[in-house]
Amino acid sequence: MTQIDIQKPILDLNDKLAQRNHELFNEKGVFVLDLMASPGAGKTSTILATIAGLRDRYKIAVIEGDIASRVDADKIKAHGIPAVQINTGGACHLESDMIKRAIDVLDLDNLDLIIIENVGNLVCPSDFYLGEHAKVMILSVPEGHDKPYKYPNIFQISEAVILNKVDTMSVFDFNEEEFDGVVHSLNPKAPVFKIAATKGQGVDEWTDYLAKRIEEVRSRAQA
Amino acid sequence: MHEMGIMQGILDASFEAAQNAGKSKISLVKVTIGELTEIQDYALEFAFEALTKDTMAEDAKLEMTFLEPKSTCQDCGHTYTHDHFTMTCPECGSFDVKLIQGRELQIDAIEAD
Repeated sequence: MTQIDIQKPILDLNDKLAQRNHELFNEKGVFVLDLMASPGAGKTSTILATIAGLRDRYKIAVIEGDIASRVDADKIKAHGIPAVQINTGGACHLESDMIKRAIDVLDLDNLDLIIIENVGNLVCPSDFYLGEHAKVMILSVPEGHDKPYKYPNIFQISEAVILNKVDTMSVFDFNEEEFDGVVHSLNPKAPVFKIAATKGQGVDEWTDYLAKRIEEVRSRAQA
Repeated sequence: MHEMGIMQGILDASFEAAQNAGKSKISLVKVTIGELTEIQDYALEFAFEALTKDTMAEDAKLEMTFLEPKSTCQDCGHTYTHDHFTMTCPECGSFDVKLIQGRELQIDAIEAD
């Protein structure tokens, strides 16, 4: 019987490929956002609102992750934005090799921002580094203010939190104060952007924040 | 949850390490898991049993070490363990804290013949 020491992260292969993606994004000066949320929280609507707010300033592409179908990529393309659909074939999250294959078909020299729409899920995507600069999560009001208690992980690893569908708050008896409190204790530094994506409400604060982050990566690549 | 995928990663690394050392049978796999990953021991155990069947690790044991969340305050330097929900510094109340333990997903070692 021999003990063999390994001492390696379990997701080592994923992390190494992700690091390679990250270096490529930095070299090309492309800011990459990994957007995570439950099914139906408004990921695609938030992406469309973000595109509307930033398309005059930046060249944007979208990578759509779904278990099946290409309906989301088609929705994005209808707005004249390049979109690549990844079908995970049952897998509950995206991994870095899938992102590598998607960016191979995008013209990185001609982009400032790539938005990755992860598979609708509040659990699995949070453990997988894809090479992005920021993970941001969306919770929507109808899901309830207690979700941070149930899915603490995703709230902790997100750089910022978007609360979507705030125009429905009175209908769903959403306790905003309690939500703000628990998000703050889970992730004290994360800004919370309160938006109604389909109405454009509150979207400017979010796109201003994103623009600052895009500029950081662009200026580093130019330096 | 994706315990199956996590376990496949553990086993791929285990098989590779055993083969590199010229071994043909794995009897023990040791892993360290941070509690904040919310990985469940029973789910990992189930995945281990399912995925080791008909492999060199069939009948092997899985030893899991769980690490509780720990942070260091960037303002006062205090290091403390905490629950899954409240990260703020218990000494000075600062929100500027850095997680130093609790998110591990690591394969430590195997025992093989």
